[in-house]
Amino acid sequence: MITGSIAAIGAGLAAIGAGLGIGRIGGSAMDGIARQPEAASKIQTAMLIAAAFVEAVALFAVVVALMGNG
Amino acid sequence: MDCSHLFDFKVNKLIVAFTLFLAFFCVTPMLYAQEDTTHATENSPVHPEQEKKFDIGKFALHHIGDSHSWHVIGDTYINLPVILYTADGFVNFSSADFDHDDEARTVVERKGLRFVKMHEKIYYASATANAEGQYVSLDEKHHPHNARPLDLSVTKNVCTLIISIVILLLVFLNVASSYKKRVGKSPKGLQSWLEPVILFVRDDIAKPNLGHKYERFMPYLLTVFFFIWFNNMLGLIPFLPGGANLTGNIAVTMILAIATFCLTVFNGNKYYWKHIFMPSVPWWMYIVMVPVELFGIFTKPIALMIRLFANITAGHILVLSLICLVFVFNSLYIAPISIAFAVFIGAIELLVAFIQAFIFTILSALFIGMAIEEHH
Repeated sequence: MITGSIAAIGAGLAAIGAGLGIGRIGGSAMDGIARQPEAASKIQTAMLIAAAFVEAVALFAVVVALMGNG
Repeated sequence: MDCSHLFDFKVNKLIVAFTLFLAFFCVTPMLYAQEDTTHATENSPVHPEQEKKFDIGKFALHHIGDSHSWHVIGDTYINLPVILYTADGFVNFSSADFDHDDEARTVVERKGLRFVKMHEKIYYASATANAEGQYVSLDEKHHPHNARPLDLSVTKNVCTLIISIVILLLVFLNVASSYKKRVGKSPKGLQSWLEPVILFVRDDIAKPNLGHKYERFMPYLLTVFFFIWFNNMLGLIPFLPGGANLTGNIAVTMILAIATFCLTVFNGNKYYWKHIFMPSVPWWMYIVMVPVELFGIFTKPIALMIRLFANITAGHILVLSLICLVFVFNSLYIAPISIAFAVFIGAIELLVAFIQAFIFTILSALFIGMAIEEHH
């Protein structure tokens, strides 16, 4: 018997999207660092900022899902 | 972000110590929770078969929420003062008067006014109790629609805010005085712990984003950074003086975001406003561009607010749900797994505590930097 709400599906979809996004950011940052190890610290900063933006969208979805659930 | 100099330092040992500490105390909330649930089953008169089903969502939301009393251990609570502003002026009493009742069953009468507490919110009590002995009138979703007084109580979050102010003042007055005393000498004690972090905020956050005018905004950036970082760390401690979810409270993050918003708006120069109201595009594009840009002024701090709130709240819910797995499966054998995961997530949360402070500060610096940029 499956119980739960459709909001959970929404949160899961948002997690897929954010996972893809952060994965791409992380992968590209790795590529960048491998090519130019001396720029690692700058790349890391930019990576974290970009990841924060992607993550924020996923977290919006989680908040909306929580509100929809409550 | 070059954090290597940070983590090579004593912080490394500190993190290991803190993680072990966390690992130890991950066990204890579980025990309290056990007591709490049994307590609830003994006292509640109705639906024994429903009480047996453990509701993770309710449990987690109760634990991340604000509270009028501070749970210490077992049946020991610190009762915090309740301060209400009503039509008859201020009303004060101790939250002990509610007798740990959170279902609006105990009425407190002061100055001829009657109050009940339901789900950590204080309502004016109804004249008569409903079928379940609650002095509120509930709608079909079990939300009370009684009137509420203005609640200015010193709650758990307010207490944590005061504690964090004391900690910040102690730490930074100490550091500042040792800077005064030890001019030209190598740093010592707390000073040598915080100096790399302060330099990190200056060199990696302020300078790249704010340019040569960075010094004006350093006080704000440092304050915000250390406030968020210290409170994130305090929130990870599951007992006094931590345990409150301050940076996971949207009101707190809203005030922080409003501070950034005000700094951005009041420091914005003519280039910034020109970029918003008269961007160099054909005039008919203004119909689209100006509303979008205006909207952008507000969405940036709102995103800041929700990002911090949601990150910290999500972390707390995750740890609580992992611990709750024991009660969901109703078996002790699941405990090692859930504790191992809770410790793992706890360690990640330690990193998130730092990263979120960093992200909030660097985005604030970025937004302010965009507003004070001189040329295009």
